[in-house]
Amino acid sequence: MGAYVLNGVEIPHDEEGYITDLGNWSKELAVLIAKDENIEMTDEHWEVVNFLREYYEEYQIAPAIRVLVKAIKKSLGKEKGNNKYLYELFPYGPAKQACKIAGLPKPTGCV
Amino acid sequence: MGEMQTKEQLTPEDFLDPLEIPPIVKGAMADSKPYPAAPEHQEKLGFPGELVDDWHDRAIAKLGELASKYRGLRVYLDSCVKCGACTDKCHYFLGTGDPNNMPVARQDLLRQVWRRHYTFAGKYFPWLVGAKDLTEELLDEWYSYFHQCSQCRRCSVYCPYGIDTAEVSMAAREIMDTIGKGQKYCNEIIGKVHTVGNNLGLQAKALKATLEELEEEIEDDTGVSVRLPLDEKGAEIMLVTPSADFFAEPHIDGLIGYAKVFHQAGASWTISSHASEAANFGMFIGSYENMRKMALRIREAALDLGVKRIIFGECGHAWRAAYSFLNTLAGPFDFLDQNYPIPQHICEYTYDLIQRGVLKFDKSRNDHIRLTFHDSCNVARASRMGDMPGGQFEIPRAILRAVCNHFYDMAPETIREATFCCGGGGGLLTDELMDVRTKGAQPRIRALKEVIEEHGVTHMAAICAICKTQFAKIFPAYGIPMDTIVSVHQMVSNAIILDGEVRDDDDDDAEDDES
Repeated sequence: MGAYVLNGVEIPHDEEGYITDLGNWSKELAVLIAKDENIEMTDEHWEVVNFLREYYEEYQIAPAIRVLVKAIKKSLGKEKGNNKYLYELFPYGPAKQACKIAGLPKPTGCV
Repeated sequence: MGEMQTKEQLTPEDFLDPLEIPPIVKGAMADSKPYPAAPEHQEKLGFPGELVDDWHDRAIAKLGELASKYRGLRVYLDSCVKCGACTDKCHYFLGTGDPNNMPVARQDLLRQVWRRHYTFAGKYFPWLVGAKDLTEELLDEWYSYFHQCSQCRRCSVYCPYGIDTAEVSMAAREIMDTIGKGQKYCNEIIGKVHTVGNNLGLQAKALKATLEELEEEIEDDTGVSVRLPLDEKGAEIMLVTPSADFFAEPHIDGLIGYAKVFHQAGASWTISSHASEAANFGMFIGSYENMRKMALRIREAALDLGVKRIIFGECGHAWRAAYSFLNTLAGPFDFLDQNYPIPQHICEYTYDLIQRGVLKFDKSRNDHIRLTFHDSCNVARASRMGDMPGGQFEIPRAILRAVCNHFYDMAPETIREATFCCGGGGGLLTDELMDVRTKGAQPRIRALKEVIEEHGVTHMAAICAICKTQFAKIFPAYGIPMDTIVSVHQMVSNAIILDGEVRDDDDDDAEDDES
């Protein structure tokens, strides 16, 4: 298991790069994790990440893809409110990859 | 490779026979290993946190205990005659060429230790009978190759003795858990079921919010208020479905389909937040205690809600655990209505309504789809549906034919009881095993590509949460769009005519809505 290094501070993550202490998250860290995933954070990426974090705060879990798509449709418009667009933003899957960047635990199970 | 690429040009390599035997590559997959379970995941399940000092002796003792407890296992360990019938039947062998993925070789990883310690010849003349000591190296091989078996039981269909590698691999995993060498994916998830009630860790509040979102979506789409009730006491039916149905695509469309079917049938039903999971990964790790603990949640929820029937959603191994084991694990279910199967599969339920003419469909709503069906291994080879032999094959197909005009089966040697695993079953649906998952899917992909080429098939339906996620993930690696995989009840959902529905996209069919 390794750690992200942000401004000289080590922030531990699990085997797959999900941070182990959710309290360690910051916007700067999100940019760093995204870079590790070959993602350059744009406003649209932030829209998704911010929604995930808000949802998590309320429900202690990431939203269903369907719920995320709906929320993005509301905030970014119809042409961006679809699964395909989310995969363009997060090629390894909006649930897992976006959660990693948002500092949330990985969704587990048959998903 | 992007996940949403469009269909690429098919190459000649895509049209190899799904059963094509690959060149042998010794040790090709020796490095494939799942992440180890953390001590906290292990301990929650009653296993040691890490490898215990006396692991060797404990492993041998556990092997003996399991073989005396499970007669089947004992027979499987003793009866192999090395006839070779199974060698080319495993999708992981066909996809990787690694000889340890031949079912006989996989079994022998355990069998050679069994012989060394529990047979006369193996104790005194081990070199004569292929008996071996359990070394650290061999233990590592167990960890690697017993996590390259999806417990799909295809090999057992062809074994003249009926040796079931799934049972052998469950036993091996149980032994490894007992000595502190567990797998993260399964064990972390089982822990979540024990504490929260489902694989996802989805709490009641979040589940309620998700179901409300879906109710809103159905009403937006159809103008009909279709409910997805949660924890409603006094409901007649409790639906137990994989939690992926509350989260992932295309699973969630299947859930919407069940809700529409219940609605149109006028059924009183509910989902339970206590038993919000159909999956039972206790089976994958061979742990009777964990399996039982999870099954008991279903009993507790049924009693608490006062339901009369239990229906299972689309989940492959869950249906095995339910159909074959629920009564022994958590029965007797004498408090349920004995006029219905206990438990019942959602496909049996929908099929019965179709037979009785309760449901009306507009099949043309699926006319943009040319469909095939992937038989999920645990449904195909470890359970049944309906009251006729082979019902588990006929019933899902009958449903699909009732809702879709264009249905084409894949090659006969790759479906029904000969079906190939999706490549992600048995507790392997985790990202670090993506390589073996992708390779193991190859026989199914080749069979699918044949019907894509021959019949212009555009979609493949399945009734298993693992299959759906696995295909959505690995299709792009084979140049197939991820949304090619659909839920069976998603197809039902597309075509079902709800009383009073308003659809803006099919004015031509308006008169059907009146009927």
